Amino acid sequence: MAVTRRQFMKVSAAGLAASSVGALGFIGAGEGLAAGVRPFRLEKATETRNTCPYCAVACGVLVYSATDGTKDAKPKLIHVEGDSDNPINRGTLCPRGAASLGFAHSPNRLQYPMHRKPGTDKFERVTWDFAMERIAKLAKEDRDKNFVAKNRDGVTVNRWLTTGFFAGSSCSNEAGYLTYKAIRSTGILALEDQARI
Amino acid sequence: MTNSWNDIKNADVVLIMGGNAAEAHPCGFKWVTEAKANNGAKLIVVDPRFTRSAAVSDLYAPIRPGTDIAFLSGVMRYLLGNGKIHQEYVKAFTNASYIVREGFKFEDGLFAGYDASKKSYADRSTWDYEFDDQGMAKVDETLRHPRCAINLLKAHVERYTPEMVERICGTPKDKFLKVCELMATTANGERSMTSLYALGWTQHTTGAQNIRSMAMIQLLLGNMGIPGGGVNALRGHSNVQGITDFALLSTSTPGYLVLPTEKETTFADYMKSRAFKPIRPGQTSFWQNYRKFFVSQQKSLFGAAATKANDWAYDYLPKFDTAYDVLKMVDMMAGGQMNGLFCQGLNILMAAPNKAKVHSGLSKLKWLVVIDPLETETARFWENHGEFNNADPKAIQTEVFQLPTTAYAEDEGSFTNSSRVIQWHWKAVDGPGQSRSDIQIIADLHSRLRALYAKEGGAFPDAIVNTTWNYAKPAHPEPVELLKEINGYALEDLPDPADPTKVMLKAGKLLPGFAVMRDDGKTSGACWIYTGVYTEAGNMAMRRDASDPTGLGIHPNWGFSWPANRRLLYNRASADPAGKAWSERKKYITWNGSRWVGGDVPDYAPTMAPDKSVGPFIMNQEGTARLFARTAMPDGPFPEHYEPMDAFIANPLHPKVTTNPAVRVFAADAKSFGTPDKFPIVATSYRLAEHFHYWTKNVHDNAVLQPEMFVEMGERLAKAKGIQNGDWVEVSSQRGKIKAKASVSKRFRPIMVDGKPCDVIGLPIHYGFIGLTRKSYPLNTLTPPVGDASVNTPEYKAFLVDVKKTTPPASQPATV
Repeated sequence: MAVTRRQFMKVSAAGLAASSVGALGFIGAGEGLAAGVRPFRLEKATETRNTCPYCAVACGVLVYSATDGTKDAKPKLIHVEGDSDNPINRGTLCPRGAASLGFAHSPNRLQYPMHRKPGTDKFERVTWDFAMERIAKLAKEDRDKNFVAKNRDGVTVNRWLTTGFFAGSSCSNEAGYLTYKAIRSTGILALEDQARI
Repeated sequence: MTNSWNDIKNADVVLIMGGNAAEAHPCGFKWVTEAKANNGAKLIVVDPRFTRSAAVSDLYAPIRPGTDIAFLSGVMRYLLGNGKIHQEYVKAFTNASYIVREGFKFEDGLFAGYDASKKSYADRSTWDYEFDDQGMAKVDETLRHPRCAINLLKAHVERYTPEMVERICGTPKDKFLKVCELMATTANGERSMTSLYALGWTQHTTGAQNIRSMAMIQLLLGNMGIPGGGVNALRGHSNVQGITDFALLSTSTPGYLVLPTEKETTFADYMKSRAFKPIRPGQTSFWQNYRKFFVSQQKSLFGAAATKANDWAYDYLPKFDTAYDVLKMVDMMAGGQMNGLFCQGLNILMAAPNKAKVHSGLSKLKWLVVIDPLETETARFWENHGEFNNADPKAIQTEVFQLPTTAYAEDEGSFTNSSRVIQWHWKAVDGPGQSRSDIQIIADLHSRLRALYAKEGGAFPDAIVNTTWNYAKPAHPEPVELLKEINGYALEDLPDPADPTKVMLKAGKLLPGFAVMRDDGKTSGACWIYTGVYTEAGNMAMRRDASDPTGLGIHPNWGFSWPANRRLLYNRASADPAGKAWSERKKYITWNGSRWVGGDVPDYAPTMAPDKSVGPFIMNQEGTARLFARTAMPDGPFPEHYEPMDAFIANPLHPKVTTNPAVRVFAADAKSFGTPDKFPIVATSYRLAEHFHYWTKNVHDNAVLQPEMFVEMGERLAKAKGIQNGDWVEVSSQRGKIKAKASVSKRFRPIMVDGKPCDVIGLPIHYGFIGLTRKSYPLNTLTPPVGDASVNTPEYKAFLVDVKKTTPPASQPATV
């Protein structure tokens, strides 16, 4: 933004002083007001344009992030509000979108890859490398064992039916396309998303 | 949506039926408010419950869940019988005058060609037009021929009198007639009606036909292609539209192309049924470009490995024998036919019907990979949560991985909303802990599989090792690289069609639009409807010019709307056959003597003169819209009322064929359906304004606002069962039982159906045994494992239950 909200406050205050309040003889009241305003809490935050993560209206959202000021601190989301420039929602948000900061900070956000061994009653933390290597191995084993290159009539069908994939309907188009590409190339037919359910 | 969110403000009548926009899509609903406040619009709400949409309506009519087709067929009867149709529109732009084949019939609840042993319409040959020796459909412009589509429609809907509508739907006749009268005020081109629906129409065994009924009404009224008109699916997830466009669906490929079946043994076979030759003189059949879209897509997927010699890598695509949709997948899992499953942001234990069946399926898997930003019931299906999920971990041998993803504001990319507008979002912060983006996780999985197949070989490595993966960082493709790949490139210099000695587009340049796609391998483009989203002029999804020159809410430079940045589909139909606006009020796209002009991109060849009589519905071979669907629907060319699978009454129209005869029922589910003697109450599921699916139960504020599962019921039922507000209630169905607190309200009133009182209850979908909300029984404990005959969307909106007062659950809250 070319004008920060604090500057805007100052300009408004100056305008106020020169107008109605000034006319009543309270010269200086505007400056006093401006000086008394504590720094706007979003002043040092970074504004990023986003869309609401929930429904398919796709309301424009402004998310604000900032660090806590300590050395090497990573920025965190501190505030969310509707994007009044967005013609679809014109700045409004519903009870879900307005509380979406709580989704980003939910205590139930996953942090680490976890693994549950057969027959056990807990998840254990594992490395990404362990998880991905094991998943690739399990997938390849199943595919190599059960891949159907030709059907009973000898027609090439190149399909793999013993593994399925449910795709996320809140993944981006780019993630969705990459998923399509990677998963279809394995011959998986059981590939579905939230569209039917 | 055929129209856009902003376009709702142009409506004169708004019909909300099969949805509840005020609560489920509150910020989209503002456009209804806008239409009411500034366009004098009247809002009609038809719903089993007096919803918050109903609370601000001008006219509310109650309806029994699962009877929308009876209601809408009654509306069609009213419009046709009272001359309340837009005559010129119907005649010129629909197949009203087309003559249907002799032998087509509808008798005792069945259309011609039903095979009882297969439980499907095995022979649909009569569901078509008569053709002349040139292959052109025969028409009778006078509409006198008894087998003209419109005459068959009249005969078909004749049974749906206001009395019959009241008998089936429970809607009082006077309310029903008022709805008809208000809708009929738009049958003229001066005024328009928009239809807003969501899962209240789709989640039925007749789901697709519900929507078709409305589309037919909109055609009769002349409301398709018109500002403030259309048939508008409000849809669910933030990118469910985009993910559908990219065909994360069992029988599709991106851009609504179809995955080959095993009967299409060669590419030539596959193309044979997709020639899409026009069937009326002079028509444009847009799908004639199918081959260009398909070949360009294969070039995106497989690059240099897709050649003319190998039929553009046709064999790299799996060929299907049957649809592997969600319900089929669950049935296969429960039948022990699946070993592995990935769940990427989809909580299947909650999302599929009949939780017990899904649970048994997950328990039989060898391995399960859950990719999600949040804790889910699916990832923890093996965990014991008392009566809410009474699992025995020791007995469950499934190996489970839970992979953390980034979400909201932690990655960048584009989402496509329900009105097809593609908007970019930017990254603000890193995700928590070691979370990774979905792109990274998929890229990692693919890279590992590819390396394993390159090194060790194995079953058919070809498609995997030849998948295009030319990203700067193969383990982490950038979203912009992917959107460019989706848009497509010129792979070689493309000659100018007007002067072949000139180059129109140099090799390596991004395609400006799908019109330049080719079927000779010289272009790529993964999803033709998205071509134009990322051109040499930049990323159109990032555009943020909110200006609206016409004032019609078009916003042509905000993001990019597929296809071709068109905001209102079929908009050629906003003008009469001569190209003149039907009315000044609804002027949108018109012919100026040499071109089609207006504030939007014409949905038509831009210089095609009106006197060439090319129809506005260019996606159909006939150029007109279909009142008679031909063979497009598996359960009939006209909609017909069938009871939900849990039928409250025998179908008054044809008691021997009570439910939809073309529905697929798995052998394992044959005894899954309830009857009114045991389960005399009709239940429907719904959503709350404060929650989104099963996510926001993990969000503090939302969990505080709506903390626990409840069952909403009317006062009469509560009194009859001795239930007070806040009492614990057991709700049981043929599938299972749950406990929930009673919320006794005036929003459900008893109705009379076929001479007997009918009580309806409502159950929110949002609660489970994981989250910051109180632990609850998932609603899908109760719902039937059966889907719509066309697309297998589960029947969540109409099922039978019983309710009784009970004791609180033994265990109570504790959060994960």
